[in-house]
Amino acid sequence: MSDAPMGTKEPFIRISKRTSIGKCRAWSIRIIALLLSLIVSGLIIYAIVRMSPVKVYVSMFEGAFGTTRRAWITVRDTMMLLCIGVGLAPAFRMRFWNIGAEGQILAGGIAAAACMIYFGAVLSGPALILVMVITSIAAGAVWGLIPAVFKARWGTNETLFTLMMNYVAIQLTGYCVSLWENPFGSNSVGIINQQTKAGWLPSMFGQSYGLNVVIVLALAIGMYIYMKYSKHGYEIAVVGSSENTARYAGINVRRVYLRTMAISGAVCGIAGFLAVSGASHTISTSTAGGRGFTAIIVAWLAKFNTIVMIMISLLLVFLEKGAVEIASRYNLNAYASSIITGIILFFILGSEFFINYRIRFRSGKKEKEVAAE
Amino acid sequence: MTQIIALFSAAIVFGTVILFGATGEILTEKSGNLNLGVPGIMYLGGIAGLVGAFFYESSAADPLPWVGVAVSLICSLAAAMLGGLIYSFLTITLRANQNVTGLTLTIFGSGVANFFGGSLQKLAGGVGQISVATTSSGYREVTGLADLGTVGNLLFSYGFLTYAAIVIAIAVSYFLKHTRSGLNLRAVGENPATADAAGINVTKNKYLATCIGAGISGLGGLYFVMDYTEGTWSNDGSIERLGWLAVALVIFAMWKSDKAIWGSYLFGVLFWMFLYLPGLTRASLELCKMLPYVVTIIVLIVVSMRKKRENQPPASLGLAYFREER
Repeated sequence: MSDAPMGTKEPFIRISKRTSIGKCRAWSIRIIALLLSLIVSGLIIYAIVRMSPVKVYVSMFEGAFGTTRRAWITVRDTMMLLCIGVGLAPAFRMRFWNIGAEGQILAGGIAAAACMIYFGAVLSGPALILVMVITSIAAGAVWGLIPAVFKARWGTNETLFTLMMNYVAIQLTGYCVSLWENPFGSNSVGIINQQTKAGWLPSMFGQSYGLNVVIVLALAIGMYIYMKYSKHGYEIAVVGSSENTARYAGINVRRVYLRTMAISGAVCGIAGFLAVSGASHTISTSTAGGRGFTAIIVAWLAKFNTIVMIMISLLLVFLEKGAVEIASRYNLNAYASSIITGIILFFILGSEFFINYRIRFRSGKKEKEVAAE
Repeated sequence: MTQIIALFSAAIVFGTVILFGATGEILTEKSGNLNLGVPGIMYLGGIAGLVGAFFYESSAADPLPWVGVAVSLICSLAAAMLGGLIYSFLTITLRANQNVTGLTLTIFGSGVANFFGGSLQKLAGGVGQISVATTSSGYREVTGLADLGTVGNLLFSYGFLTYAAIVIAIAVSYFLKHTRSGLNLRAVGENPATADAAGINVTKNKYLATCIGAGISGLGGLYFVMDYTEGTWSNDGSIERLGWLAVALVIFAMWKSDKAIWGSYLFGVLFWMFLYLPGLTRASLELCKMLPYVVTIIVLIVVSMRKKRENQPPASLGLAYFREER
């Protein structure tokens, strides 16, 4: 660009792709973006409730971690979000836009709930849970495989396909809810096996959500190793960067699509199992509750690194719980958390640009230097 | 007979909401931007119209319907286009991922809308829910033609936005098919590098298509709030579901807004059919509501199998364009 012909003006801003950026620098850009977004959200909250932004964040902290019970619920929800994010990571790494986590969670949840209802009295505790895990995994995997089959065979657009599968799953859940409703006419399934607690995940460390944490963290670490050090993980990365390269290198792209989506759906199915067996002990159309969408953002922002996802999930859940706290103090509704989440994500998404690209302004200085020489 | 008319009327009203959403999204997607923020944009359009009308009605001593309509239309368009602008800035200028940005916009829009929809009355010092009956009546005013028996009832008994939706859909279709700017826009969506080389301003085209598209989509939210729910608000997430149906309709119509017109009414029929099918239990009713989504999936599969050129999504859909990256 510098050897532009005479008479053409040099553009005011020049953008070029960075070849590399230090980890430290990249993270400082992200943290600046995060701080900026917190300031903006703080100002918005101030404008609405006239509460000092610092106080806002203090009471948000109390909302998320104020009591042991609250802290555990925050941890439980973080693990849930993390689990879904872990499930999405390999699919996204492969550039397969799995927007269908919501549906895959519900498929897993329906399977788990069905086992609890139909086998609750037949099977003993551990056997029942084993059956539930297996059916949930299978259901999630099937739900993920359906779009993958069509993508692999005919190149059907997976973003739109998986999106539609969510709503099919939601209606299917609605169907199951009215099938299993208890008590009759309540239009909800109620707590399943409330007396016998059959199919409920046992408590661990004296905490009813302890086992959730162990399972999800194991999944996260396992997925990290799978994606980073296994042959499969390497194939996923190659297909993700360039399908043609992958084909040239002799990778069976179709098989990678199918295998990865089965894994992705299966992990989301486990998330559904955890939601039913390890948390709510019921099933409803809001069992997934939009977390399938939020987790996409978690996976993307973490750059598919499942360890980084822990922090991002925690941040998002913290915001949600905090906003609920503020909303209830001021008698407002809790949707404020979505506004704040949205703003923060906008800023972080925008900050990626400054990590990937270098910006130079047309400066008078450079020209002067040239003239001085 | 009356039942069939009732079904079609319900279908048309329902279809109009998603027709707006889909028409806007078609314009956006033709520029290569897959905006998954349609539900968020419809939320923004709906709530802004409602808030605008609310402040007008509570400040004016004797609110007039047409002023309320004008105020809410302007507010709705402005808010929806602002949503589109946020999306455009992030994806076009800052090259953020389109899917993630769109989903974020949906989260943001639903947050803004449900927050203000639920709390505005309280923030303004009142009690209960918002209601803008006067403005809503302006939207729902029908002409004398509605009295013309069955035909009048079926064709003319809707508010003016119903007809505006059809007009806009046809206009967008004409614009894309028969004008030079429309051709340029399609070129940008198919292959931005080629369009750029041909001297078409890719950035400008993408920005304009996305923002105007967002404005049109936002009208869907406005129509829902003013006509469908008659000037009230409820935090039940129905706009979000309709927004995703609008995205589905784009596929169903194979990126052609004139086809989206009958497609939207068909979706409406599929959606409301359960009310008129005899012998449905509550359980099978849920399965019946699955139909629009299943039909969309089938269309998506068939389109990808047949590989007819003119039915495919824009080739660069979902990809950011950076000139230096060729």
